[in-house]
Amino acid sequence: MNLLEIEGLSATIDGNQILRGLDLALPAGEVHAIMGPNGAGKSTLAHVLAGRDEYEVTGSVRLDGEDLLTMSPEERAVAGLFLAFQHPVEIPGVGNSYFLRTALNAVRGARGENPLDAMDFMAYVKQRMALVEMDASFLSRSVNEGFSGGERKRNEILQMAILEPRLAILDETDSGLDIDAVRIVAHGANTLRAPDRSMLVITHHQRLLDELVPDVVHVLAEGRIVRSGGPELAKELEASGYVGLELEGAR
Amino acid sequence: MTDVTDEIAAEKSEIQSLADRQYRYGFSSDFEADVVPRGLNEDIIRLISSKKDEPEWLLAWRLQAYRAWLDMAMPEWQMFHLDPIDFQDIIYYAAPKAKPKLESMDEVDPEMREMFDKLGISLTEQKRLSGVAVDAVVDSASVATTFQKQLAEVGVIFCSFSAAVRDHPELVRRYLGSVVPFRDNFFAALNSAVFSDGSFCFIPKGVKCPMELSTYFRMNQADTGQFERTLIVAEEGASVSYLEGCTAPQRDNNQLHAAVVEILAMDDADVKYSTVQNWYPGDAEGRGGIHNFVTKRGKALTNAKISWTQVETGSAITWKYPSVILKGDNSVGEFYSVALTTHHQWADTGTKMTHIGKNTTSTIVSKGISTHVAQQVYRGLVKVMRSAEGARNHTQCDSLLIGDRCGAHTLPYIEVKNSSAQVEHEAYTSKIAEDQLFYCRQRGISEEDAVSMIVHGFCRDVFKELPMEYVVEARNLLNMKLEGSVG
Repeated sequence: MNLLEIEGLSATIDGNQILRGLDLALPAGEVHAIMGPNGAGKSTLAHVLAGRDEYEVTGSVRLDGEDLLTMSPEERAVAGLFLAFQHPVEIPGVGNSYFLRTALNAVRGARGENPLDAMDFMAYVKQRMALVEMDASFLSRSVNEGFSGGERKRNEILQMAILEPRLAILDETDSGLDIDAVRIVAHGANTLRAPDRSMLVITHHQRLLDELVPDVVHVLAEGRIVRSGGPELAKELEASGYVGLELEGAR
Repeated sequence: MTDVTDEIAAEKSEIQSLADRQYRYGFSSDFEADVVPRGLNEDIIRLISSKKDEPEWLLAWRLQAYRAWLDMAMPEWQMFHLDPIDFQDIIYYAAPKAKPKLESMDEVDPEMREMFDKLGISLTEQKRLSGVAVDAVVDSASVATTFQKQLAEVGVIFCSFSAAVRDHPELVRRYLGSVVPFRDNFFAALNSAVFSDGSFCFIPKGVKCPMELSTYFRMNQADTGQFERTLIVAEEGASVSYLEGCTAPQRDNNQLHAAVVEILAMDDADVKYSTVQNWYPGDAEGRGGIHNFVTKRGKALTNAKISWTQVETGSAITWKYPSVILKGDNSVGEFYSVALTTHHQWADTGTKMTHIGKNTTSTIVSKGISTHVAQQVYRGLVKVMRSAEGARNHTQCDSLLIGDRCGAHTLPYIEVKNSSAQVEHEAYTSKIAEDQLFYCRQRGISEEDAVSMIVHGFCRDVFKELPMEYVVEARNLLNMKLEGSVG
């Protein structure tokens, strides 16, 4: 059973077509990596799936059989789609714990669960924080304000751990991180692997995939998937680069 | 103990019925009012003064102010457009005369009713009344003041301005106009001539006022202006926290509210003055609404501190600069402001900090939020006199724009005549970023909640200065105003 099914997905922004009829199927419980050269459309794919409205989009995307493209970003989120942002934004003056609890209760509400009060939330969140080796002082700070690059990315994984999505898209979560931080992030994500949860891991580097081993690796070039294979494909790319692949697959 | 409790309970129910009257039935003209004829001349001033049984010296002061006003002209430096005001077409005195006749809830404008329901004002009113002394001013008259007896036991005088003139004429005479002289500006002169009521508050030497003091202003009568006057005197070492709240019914024409607030903080005194202003802002097309043109100023003597906190969400035009004259050495002045303007509202607000004493300190934090086609001006003056050795100021003024049709303007004036002064100014203007909104929505938070969250975060530095009791009210007010501001 595929959790995510993408067929003929195209996306255009300001007259530039970025995605060109992309097809992808992601079965429940699997982790798929998306690799590809700069400008291939990896981040566009992440943003289009999450519902950013600046793209003109055609094609079909189904999450658990539901038409994703007609949903608002918040509807997609409560339906179980989570995007770990490449550049998480700061929201000055908004406490991290308040933000997380508001988000969690929005998602719980959609699942028909009761909202958690501040006490229950704290108990829950502290247990999840251990996953990404974050201490409690994180919660009292404003959302991402003054966070280092590594802290922001760990905060994204923490949010994923708290919201327990069906589909997690990790958009270059490893970029700008040192080796230790990559390991922490990968460990958090690995712990969250589950039979009913799928992940789409967008990355430039083999390094993350050494820790977070994917079931399938896809190569995205010129707006579509040009090649798919097992984890060994990532190693091959690391050695030979994308140049040859683009020619072979896309044309 | 029981006596006191009973008395408090009785006063609470009295004020509650008043609050109910205002909010559930009193949106407009449902009680008979004692009004003076339309227009302004010396006879009108004499009439107002005689209605209030005022002493001769006060009438003389009013008339002096009126004559000064006749020689003054409307300011023209403001950035907003203002149609000429016909000062002869205003009713300068209106006071509730009889108990209101209860009318059907159906007669209350449903939009207005919904607004108050959403605001939860009756709830917060109850909360406010539980531990806070209130002076309720409707149109030109104070209708009730609570907890006077309990306050009197510690020597605090808190009463309507009229009662103060009657019962403490020597205090009023000594301090009236001592911080804002009637010649100060056009609207202060007008107020001095025709002011009708307001609050008076006197905290004697060494007394820490045991409860929050609050004045609740309500404009009800059509075509009236409200010209209230508040005078707060904190003697040596005294301290008090004071709050004013304001609402007015929905009307198609503009109504003038020209108040004066004077604060005197003597040596080592501490006065905190908070405002939650929610006068009727006019409709979405810019018709009607209150013109809120107010002069607020405090004078701080040695080691004294005066702090202004304001949350301005109402009025078609808000035009005021709560200021502090830092006269004494080591005195401290603070100004914390949140102004939210929507639709056609204008706010031209800020502060003036005048450093005279040595080692005086002032802090200015101004947060402006605009939506729709609303415009805001931050206008601030930091003036360091030659005598103000070691003066320090820090100003931070930030603007947040929602949508691309509104505007923010920052006009800081700095005059420094002493080279030892340190004056810092930080300002930034930002739009609610699409990135921030998208981030929140990706986490399942609706767009409206996300805007509210971002705005509250933006205002946090000011809200934390509000007395606890009013934070919820201020937050609700902001949420209500922000509804429908996106998309």
